[in-house]
Amino acid sequence: MKKILIVDDEPNIVMSLEYTFKKNGFEVFIARDGQEALDIVKTTFPDVIILDVMMPLVDGYATLEHIKKDPHLTHTKVLFLSAKNKDSDIQKGLALGADAYLTKPFSIKKVVDQVFELLPT
Amino acid sequence: MNSIALLCILTCYLAMLFYIAHWAEKNGTSKWTNNPYIYTLSMAVYCTAWTYYGSIGVAADSGLNYLPIYLGPVMIAPVWILILKKIIRIARVNKISSIADFISLRYGNSRFLGAIVTVICLTGIIPYIALQLKAISETFHIVTKTTISSLLFADTTTYVAIALALFSSYYGTRYADASEKRKGIVTAVAMESILKLLFFVIIGVYVTYYVFDGFDTIYTKASLLKSFQQKNTIGGLPQAINWFLLCVLSMFAIFLLPRQFQVSVIENNRESHINTAVWLFPLYLLLFNLFVYPIAWGGNILFQGHKVNSDVYSLLIPQFFNNTTLTVLVFLGGFSAAISMIVVSSIGLSTMLTNNILIPYNLIGNLKGNEQTISSRKILNTRKISIFSLIILAYFIYRYFGLDYSLVSIGLVAFVIISQLAPAFFGALFWRRGSRLGAVYGILIGFIFCIYTLLIPYATGLTNSGDTFISKGLFGCHLLKPFQLFGLDYLQPVPHALFWSLLFNTITYFAVSVSFKGNYRERNYAEMFVDIDKYITNHENAFIWKGTAYRNDIEKVLVRFLGLNRTRRAMTIFNTKYNVDSNQELADARLIKFSENLLTGHIGTASAKILISSVVKEEKVTLTEVLKILEESKENIILNKKLTETSNELKEITEKLQNANAALISKDKQKDEFLDTVTHELRTPITAIRAASEILHDDEEIPSELKKQFLQNIISESDRLNRLIDKILDLEKFETGKQTIHPEHYNLVATIEKSIEPLVQLIKNKTITIEKEYKEEVMAYYDEDRMIQVITNLLSNAIKFCPEQQGVITIKIVQDDTFITTFVKDNGKGIHPNDFDAIFDKFYQSNNQNIKKPVGSGLGLAICKQIIEHHKGKIWAEPTKEGACIVFSLPKTKLENSYA
Repeated sequence: MKKILIVDDEPNIVMSLEYTFKKNGFEVFIARDGQEALDIVKTTFPDVIILDVMMPLVDGYATLEHIKKDPHLTHTKVLFLSAKNKDSDIQKGLALGADAYLTKPFSIKKVVDQVFELLPT
Repeated sequence: MNSIALLCILTCYLAMLFYIAHWAEKNGTSKWTNNPYIYTLSMAVYCTAWTYYGSIGVAADSGLNYLPIYLGPVMIAPVWILILKKIIRIARVNKISSIADFISLRYGNSRFLGAIVTVICLTGIIPYIALQLKAISETFHIVTKTTISSLLFADTTTYVAIALALFSSYYGTRYADASEKRKGIVTAVAMESILKLLFFVIIGVYVTYYVFDGFDTIYTKASLLKSFQQKNTIGGLPQAINWFLLCVLSMFAIFLLPRQFQVSVIENNRESHINTAVWLFPLYLLLFNLFVYPIAWGGNILFQGHKVNSDVYSLLIPQFFNNTTLTVLVFLGGFSAAISMIVVSSIGLSTMLTNNILIPYNLIGNLKGNEQTISSRKILNTRKISIFSLIILAYFIYRYFGLDYSLVSIGLVAFVIISQLAPAFFGALFWRRGSRLGAVYGILIGFIFCIYTLLIPYATGLTNSGDTFISKGLFGCHLLKPFQLFGLDYLQPVPHALFWSLLFNTITYFAVSVSFKGNYRERNYAEMFVDIDKYITNHENAFIWKGTAYRNDIEKVLVRFLGLNRTRRAMTIFNTKYNVDSNQELADARLIKFSENLLTGHIGTASAKILISSVVKEEKVTLTEVLKILEESKENIILNKKLTETSNELKEITEKLQNANAALISKDKQKDEFLDTVTHELRTPITAIRAASEILHDDEEIPSELKKQFLQNIISESDRLNRLIDKILDLEKFETGKQTIHPEHYNLVATIEKSIEPLVQLIKNKTITIEKEYKEEVMAYYDEDRMIQVITNLLSNAIKFCPEQQGVITIKIVQDDTFITTFVKDNGKGIHPNDFDAIFDKFYQSNNQNIKKPVGSGLGLAICKQIIEHHKGKIWAEPTKEGACIVFSLPKTKLENSYA
């Protein structure tokens, strides 16, 4: 079973994503901010992480940097999901090493498609 | 008293002066060495041994004739405020170190003129110094009751002269820059001025009140002497003219004597010191002259019938009564008077000799040569040697020519010779047309008249061989009799010589100046001297020069005389003063003038010009060009002033604009950030709604419980969206001033209760205790709806941040004369001090926040701040031991209704 970690501080958004990915056969983990996410990845080594950018404490960018440094997480795909939708924001996210960048509001279907696309078959 | 004892006293006395000079040199900035009294007292170097002894001689032998020498300075003293100030300013900005430099600079850095002035001064002053040495020597022998030894080195006074010469050459040449202040010498001279006056007054009181019974007794007894009546009358018109001319003579002397120029101009620290000198100096002269008459006539009474030298009555009287102490004191006073004159004069003369003859005429080494034949050290040594030699030379003159004339007559001859500088000197200050040629010929002609009417007759008198020359005139021609030239027979020799020499001097100066125009350099300096007040701050600007010059070359020359460090410092000053780039290769007129100035103190104006011109290529400037440039520069100065004012205004405006611009940029940035945050905040609920709707739309198998939950989410997110929009609009209204408030007189306590009411359930749920610390009624002016908004917001935050158990919220109201202050405090995590200001910003999300997410829009406190500020109140966060505390204060004064 593939593991997915959803990191977002908006419970209602998380709820929709959680429901959808569970339905698609993922084991779903949830974090409310970057710090919590980094704690979770240490034990779960998820295949995919869906990451919000603007969060309290440790933001999405910093979280990504930590993940990229971790040798146990080289296989993990990271997908940014953010309301920051300017070109410069997207460029920055991808430059930091994210595998995809989707903007809010999003189509759940597209997010799911994107996740499957990232995962090795 | 024996010679050894007196020598010991003299040694102690000299040691004391050495010590004072040494101390003052070390404490150059102390107020003891920098005050108007030291300045004025140093000007009293005017009173030499001639005043101290000679005046008494004149008063005893010819009555009131000693007075004009002091009346002249007293009469001219008030004018110092104008003239002396001007001279000091010119000397200061141009770094002038002697009267020769002053005159030579004004007439276009003229080397020849500087040399002439120096020769005039040497001719006049060396015999005058000899006279002082004679006074020291003779009085020494009187006090010790010895006779002058014919063997030079057997005579003790020779050693006194050598000691003096050493002292002067040591303290007179501390700096290579002769325009530097000599605090040590000046302070010692001031001290001597006090002592000589004190001792003179003591002997005066002694003679008047101890030897006789007061002024009356002396007068009564003296009037019985047979020559009294004849000696004590003014004596008609011719005598009045004599008096007048003597007054004029002393007026000139007080400006032109090298020692007076030295102390009053070169050593002046502050122009304001003149204001004190103007009254104190005449007072000093008055005190000095008070007892001249009683001593003189007291002596005449005591020694009538005896053949004694009336010059030394002040010594003979106490000696006559065997009062040794007083005799020695009087001797020391006279000694002080003599040595201060010797020291100051020899310093002045040596500066002139080196800077105006030896250096510019390459007599101590080649000025322009590449080899460094002249250095600061060499200049210093030359000055030392010349001071020493001048004094020793004067001593030889005294020893071998005897100087059989009275103290007064040789002094007056010196005055007449020095007065030849008057037309050129005063012309320099006030007359733009005065030219170098005029000055040169004027001084020479005047000097020739001096020689003919004064020096030759005195010299032949000394050798007793030319009697017919005086009585019958040159070639037996009556009109050429030296003391009655052109038949002018009612003047005494000194006024007579002054009259003719100065008359021809002045006529020549004017005639030649008017007939032959000076060169551009003279005209340039004429302008800078006459209009010094205009050019005082930026006088380098007034200097006109054309040509090519490299900074490098000039700096090399400066380094040679100033050393590397001083040159660098000077260049930095120049660059800053005129805002010049230090990498600039070419030098301009200002730098040329600046460098000439720097060198002037060391080597004199003429040499400075020669030296600088040897490393630059100067182009000729015509006189008309100079006049044109000067005219322009005058206009420029006025224009510059206006421009500076305008530019200052512009600067202010620019600054304001820059600030406004910066504020706008910062506002713009804030607006961008605000928009960013707003879009983010708006998108978040939309995202949640969009996601939930999509699931509901696409997924038909969704369990009904979940379905309900998603629908509930959509509703609450829609509400959130709506609240957010309301708040944004609210804030926008406040910020743009569209929001109005309607203050009325309300009870703040009631308003707080009203605000708590809707929150009661929430408070109960979280089991929070509310502590109320206020009276029942606190009246204030505010818009109640808005105030409820504020209090609700603060309470909601407090509830939110209170711990899950045992939450406590404290509400407190404190009043003073002007404000009603409300505290809302919780016992939660508290606010980090770094965030005290920032929490009131829009959408501020603290980095130090330790909770998952600030529940709320991030606009609440920003709106509170707006509301409170619209009430002219203040809102802030206060540090507490535990929890957060937000405070707002409202003014007690009534607010205008609908204040926006």
